[in-house]
Amino acid sequence: MPSAAPVNPGTLRAEQIILFRIGEQLFALSSSSVQEVRGADSLSGGASEIAAPGVDKVRQFVRRGPNTLFLVSGAAHFGLPAPDGILAFVLRNTRTALLVDGIERMTTMTRLQALPLSFCHEERQWYRGLTALEQTVVPVVRPEGFLSDEELTMLDAAVPPAEESREKAQRELEAEAQTDANLDTELN
Amino acid sequence: MNVSTELELKSFVLLRLGERRFAVAADDTAELVSPSRIFSFPHRTPRIEGVILRRGRIVPVCDVAEKLIGTGLTTRRFYLIVLRRYGHRTEWVAIPVTGECALINAELTAASASDEAHVAGWLSYGGDVIEVLNLGALTPGLQDLRGGYVAPSQPGSQTVRGSMAEARP
Repeated sequence: MPSAAPVNPGTLRAEQIILFRIGEQLFALSSSSVQEVRGADSLSGGASEIAAPGVDKVRQFVRRGPNTLFLVSGAAHFGLPAPDGILAFVLRNTRTALLVDGIERMTTMTRLQALPLSFCHEERQWYRGLTALEQTVVPVVRPEGFLSDEELTMLDAAVPPAEESREKAQRELEAEAQTDANLDTELN
Repeated sequence: MNVSTELELKSFVLLRLGERRFAVAADDTAELVSPSRIFSFPHRTPRIEGVILRRGRIVPVCDVAEKLIGTGLTTRRFYLIVLRRYGHRTEWVAIPVTGECALINAELTAASASDEAHVAGWLSYGGDVIEVLNLGALTPGLQDLRGGYVAPSQPGSQTVRGSMAEARP
C-alpha cells in the first residue's frame, strides 16, 4: 500500500466564525457574513406571509426600504427535524434572514477544508467547506447558498406589490381593532 | 512460475463485506484503520454516512455494502481507506468492512461489457472468483451531480477543483 501523503497545512490565517445550532446540528458561519442578529419574533413582527410553490422553507418576508428580506427556516433548508428557529441571522449581501435555534459560541478557524468531492449534491451549494474544531468536524455554511437564483425568482413572483401589502396590513389592523372593540363590548 | 507469468500478477487488497469478499487494486488503497467517530451533517448524497478525522484529513465514509451485497452493514470492524480518483485529483474515502483485509497477488481478468459498472475485473483466489472493484463507479463523484447543478463561483468560494483551502478572513 502506498504510504499516506502528509497533509499540506498551507498558510494559516484565522477567520472569526459563529457556531450555531439548528436542532442538534452544529454549523459554522463566518461572522463577517452576519449583518445583524435578531430575535425571530422581533423580525417577524413586521413580516408578511408568503407562499411560493417549491420554496416551502420561506414562509415570511420583510420589506426593508427597497429590499425584500426572506426569512429562511434553517431546519427546512437542511431537512432537519426541528421547529423554526428563534434567532434570525440577517446575512450580509444576501436577501436571507436565516432562522436558527441558538448561538453556541464564537471562535476562530484556521483551516477550511473543501467539501470532499464524494459530496456531490445540493450540499456543494450549502457549504463553503468543513473545519475541524476540537476534534469535531463542523460544516461551514455559504451565506449565498440558502436561496438560489431560481428560488429568489419564485419568491419575488410571490411577493405582493408593496401597496397591496400595506393595504392588507392595514385591513388586518382594522380587523384586529374591530375584534378588540367587539370583545370590549362583550365584556361590558 | 516463469517470468512472463510473474509480470502479469498484480497486488490487490481483499476486503470482506458480510459473507462476501471483494478486491481493490493495492495502488488504490491507503490504509486500514479502526472505526472512529463519524461526524454527520446534512447532505443529499446517497451512501455517504459522514466524515471521519484521520491524520488531519477529513475523510468521507461511504457504505458500499448496500450496493454490493444488497444490505447495509450491521457491524463494521475496520475502515479501508481507498484512493478515489477524480481526473487528476485523488481523495481518500473510508469504506466500512466487516473483517480483516489481506494483501494478495493475483492475475486480473478484465471486466466484460456485460459486467456492472462497479466491476473493474475479476480474480481467482482461494477457490473463489472475486470482483475487483471500480471505485470510480462505486463511490459518489462528480458524475453523480444532479443535472444542471454547477458549483457556485462567487469570489472566495471553492470550486470542485480545490481540496484544501485556507480560511479567508
